[in-house]
Amino acid sequence: MASSENEPILQIEDLTVGYEQAGAWREAVRHVSLGIPPGQTCGLVGESGSGKTTLALATMRYLPEEGSVCDGEIWFRGENLLGLRSREMRKIWGSEMTMVPQDAQAALNPSVRLGEQVAELLRHKVGLMDSEARQRTLELFERVQLGDTERVRDSYPHQLSGGMLQRVLTAMAISTKPSLLVLDEPTSSLDVTTQAVMLDLFRGLIGGQQQTAVLYITHNLGVVAQIADRVAVMYAGDLVEDAPTGDLFRRPLHPYTRGLLDCVPRLGENKSEVDLRPIQGQIPSLEELPTGCIFQPRCPLAIDICEEYPPLYEAGSGRRSRCHRWEEIGHEEVSASQPVPEGVLVQGADVEEDVLDIEGLKVHFTEGRTLRDLVTGKSSRKVRAVDGVSFDVGRGRTVGLVGESGSGKTTVARAVVGLAERTEGSVKLFDVELPAGLKGRTSDTFCCLQIVFQNPAETLNPYLSVGQILRRPLQRLRDQTPGELDQAVEDLLEAVHLSGEYASRLPGQLSGGEKQRVAIARAFAPRPDLLIADEPVTSLDVSVQASILNLFNELQAEHAIGTLFISHDLAVVGYLADTVAVIYLGQLMEVSEADSVFDPPHHPYTEALLSSVPLIDPQGEQEEIRLEGEVPSPSEGISGCPFHTRCPRIIGDICVEEIPPWRDISGTDKRVFCHIPEEELREEQRRTFRFSE
Amino acid sequence: MAEQAEAGGGKAGSAQAGLAQAGLASRFLTAVQELYRRPASAIGSTIFVVFVLMALVGPFIAPYGSNEQIVADARQPPSLDHWFGTDNLGRDIFSRVVLGARDVLALAGVGTLAAVVLGTMVGLVSGYYGGWLDEIVMRFFDSLLSLPALLLALLLLGSLGPSRNSVLVVITVVYTPIVARVVRSVVLSVKTKEFVEAAQVQGERVWYILFREIFPSTLPALAVEGSLRFSYAIFLVASLGFLGVGVQPPSPDWGLMVKEGRANFTQTPWALYFPAGAIAVVVIGVNLVADTLKQILQVPSQLKR
Repeated sequence: MASSENEPILQIEDLTVGYEQAGAWREAVRHVSLGIPPGQTCGLVGESGSGKTTLALATMRYLPEEGSVCDGEIWFRGENLLGLRSREMRKIWGSEMTMVPQDAQAALNPSVRLGEQVAELLRHKVGLMDSEARQRTLELFERVQLGDTERVRDSYPHQLSGGMLQRVLTAMAISTKPSLLVLDEPTSSLDVTTQAVMLDLFRGLIGGQQQTAVLYITHNLGVVAQIADRVAVMYAGDLVEDAPTGDLFRRPLHPYTRGLLDCVPRLGENKSEVDLRPIQGQIPSLEELPTGCIFQPRCPLAIDICEEYPPLYEAGSGRRSRCHRWEEIGHEEVSASQPVPEGVLVQGADVEEDVLDIEGLKVHFTEGRTLRDLVTGKSSRKVRAVDGVSFDVGRGRTVGLVGESGSGKTTVARAVVGLAERTEGSVKLFDVELPAGLKGRTSDTFCCLQIVFQNPAETLNPYLSVGQILRRPLQRLRDQTPGELDQAVEDLLEAVHLSGEYASRLPGQLSGGEKQRVAIARAFAPRPDLLIADEPVTSLDVSVQASILNLFNELQAEHAIGTLFISHDLAVVGYLADTVAVIYLGQLMEVSEADSVFDPPHHPYTEALLSSVPLIDPQGEQEEIRLEGEVPSPSEGISGCPFHTRCPRIIGDICVEEIPPWRDISGTDKRVFCHIPEEELREEQRRTFRFSE
Repeated sequence: MAEQAEAGGGKAGSAQAGLAQAGLASRFLTAVQELYRRPASAIGSTIFVVFVLMALVGPFIAPYGSNEQIVADARQPPSLDHWFGTDNLGRDIFSRVVLGARDVLALAGVGTLAAVVLGTMVGLVSGYYGGWLDEIVMRFFDSLLSLPALLLALLLLGSLGPSRNSVLVVITVVYTPIVARVVRSVVLSVKTKEFVEAAQVQGERVWYILFREIFPSTLPALAVEGSLRFSYAIFLVASLGFLGVGVQPPSPDWGLMVKEGRANFTQTPWALYFPAGAIAVVVIGVNLVADTLKQILQVPSQLKR
């Protein structure tokens, strides 16, 4: 069926999707209308539970068994999909409508070579002969910039990295020249440098396929700013705003969009200059949706009229907003920003003493030998997870340790608290050398040194109540009498902004953010002098993330403790930390004070990181420095500078052969681990990113 | 909390969430409710309860003593006087089946309990410490498991001599390795979780971590394994009785009764049918309960949401 130029390829009309849950019907997506014309990329943004994945699955008629479309129409190239039988849908799937999923490893068959998986698709969906299909497979691999195409063709999924698998899936998705391409968080599990390369690739491919409409689902505002032509924002099942990307980021017309934009730290912002404004309250569960506007309980602009469910107002120039007060917001008569929470105070940190001193820390693991190694007599391999890291944390200061996966940042944390035993080097707490493992540490040490983990789902024992969890460290490490305990637990909960009644709750009854708050309270219970936070906000939604970051700020200012904050997110680390350390393959590349992290000169790796972070600003400018290849395995043992295999500024054999020196950058507190002299770095590097306005 | 328990709904996932969140007493109640919500486990639980009652108040139900001979009524088929008939010595089979329940259930129950306690201890310690200790313990258990349970039981009884206590020892020895493996596998997956590491970093002692932090997570698997082991233990007791190396005559042991009934099968087939039927029914009942427990308690984590 030929569709005319401007007619949307996909047109969703008033779509409502529900799930059956414990005998009741829950509407996970309500009254959504959305159209995507050919050649356009529509970004679908929302936090977890916003219904974005449900919407995408419903659009593809791929809902799980307990879900179904209750109301509405889905027009795909002039055909109503809801009227089609599953046999007809099967013809559309994988040819006219394709998808790149988030988890590449799970999406590919682990026991079939990648080339065969693609060729199979080409034979079935495109109708190519065997030899043609194999030839086309290689061409497709070339198009998605898979370097050694023949090796990829003959590989099994487990032999390649996540980024490469994602490319193979992309190749499959574009192989049939689809009319609709759905990208479901395709870069969310990738490192930021890989993500940047993938985004470039998507942009190139989408630009080359003018007849394709693209639906890009993500929770990452930066990604959507970089790739989408239009952005639709979902909140708790409602489409709250829909606008061209530039307009949306410059002047959002819905308070929720405003709230989202305000609670993410931008690259280059620091806590000393900018406050994060978390969205108050919580995303409502589907069982207890508020009446009227569903954002109203959390909205700073809520008035009487908001008791009525707002329609999706047409707001001119292709914009739509589901807010009664969009005109006032648009004319800047009212501010839709969330209030700055009370109690966030940032004090200038005065360094007097070091809480933690790490000197030449090395953690090497021995990989177990396989049966084959035993037979061939191969010796066991050493994994150099951390290979010579030195830094210190002063009282009242936050040191941010940033690195990609496999960089050894978590191992540093584990070595300090004693969960991983160091091989070499020293770790001193107040000038007292700590034992390598947990054995031999005194209860004073346990008291002084606490850690907050990454995964809220695992961090609390599901069988113990919050009160029991918090009471234990108070009793053991602070010798509180039973009489004081209840009050102390309540105080702790209050400090993390939870009410006292939470003491009787079990972890299963808490949300992710609340669990992380309890975990922070538990870490603060023994009144530590040093807190280690290992990616504490990574698995949280952005609005929750903001309030946890504020909490860290607040508690740290109040208790003047030292913090080692570990994250893969440069913007978050740059926001929270006083000192930023960049780690790559178990070694520090750069250590810098917060005020100079984002200004050149940088270590080439830092430079690449900075230019890879997707800016939350579609008009922002950014250098395009991309890292080639994969992060080498830490068991390889790389000579010279560990970054030389991927360094875009490599200057010659010296990088391969000699270990680089630590260079002090004049005029700052920055130190860079690189052979390139300071003057040269200064000359060649520019500021890697710049926001518009 | 009550709402949480009630919201347990028909779905296994929510039931588990309910179980994990409620207190001990209400957790038990929820489990019972859950068992009676499904026909299979409702039947199973009812069978089990009936047999337990039989074991407790057997002497009040049974019309005759277990070894009371009514010589005039010998070899009677089932009738109103003798519901299950009489054997060739004139003993009332209904009375013997009822009175035999106590022996079988007590032996199987106590034996299983001992195996569960011992297996849990070994599994917890071995799984938590890992390394050589784990290797040695597990290889030893593997070697025990490599023998068929009945063969191992016969070997043990050969050296212990047939008696009630020996049967208890046999059940414990045969089932401890199996329970230990189940517990160990749970420990392995839980011990690297962050809440365990958090306890370690706060300097908790090993016994606290084992019993307070890790042990509760093993309970679902333990409940399922325990009930399964119990049903197999009933089998084992009966099998040993049948082979003549377990409980000795003239006890009204079901296995023994099957053995005696078999000898006189042509004359009094009912003397074999009823004790054999009792074994089958109670084992099926316990298995139905175990199956449902498995469904309720061991849901893959994806379904929990």
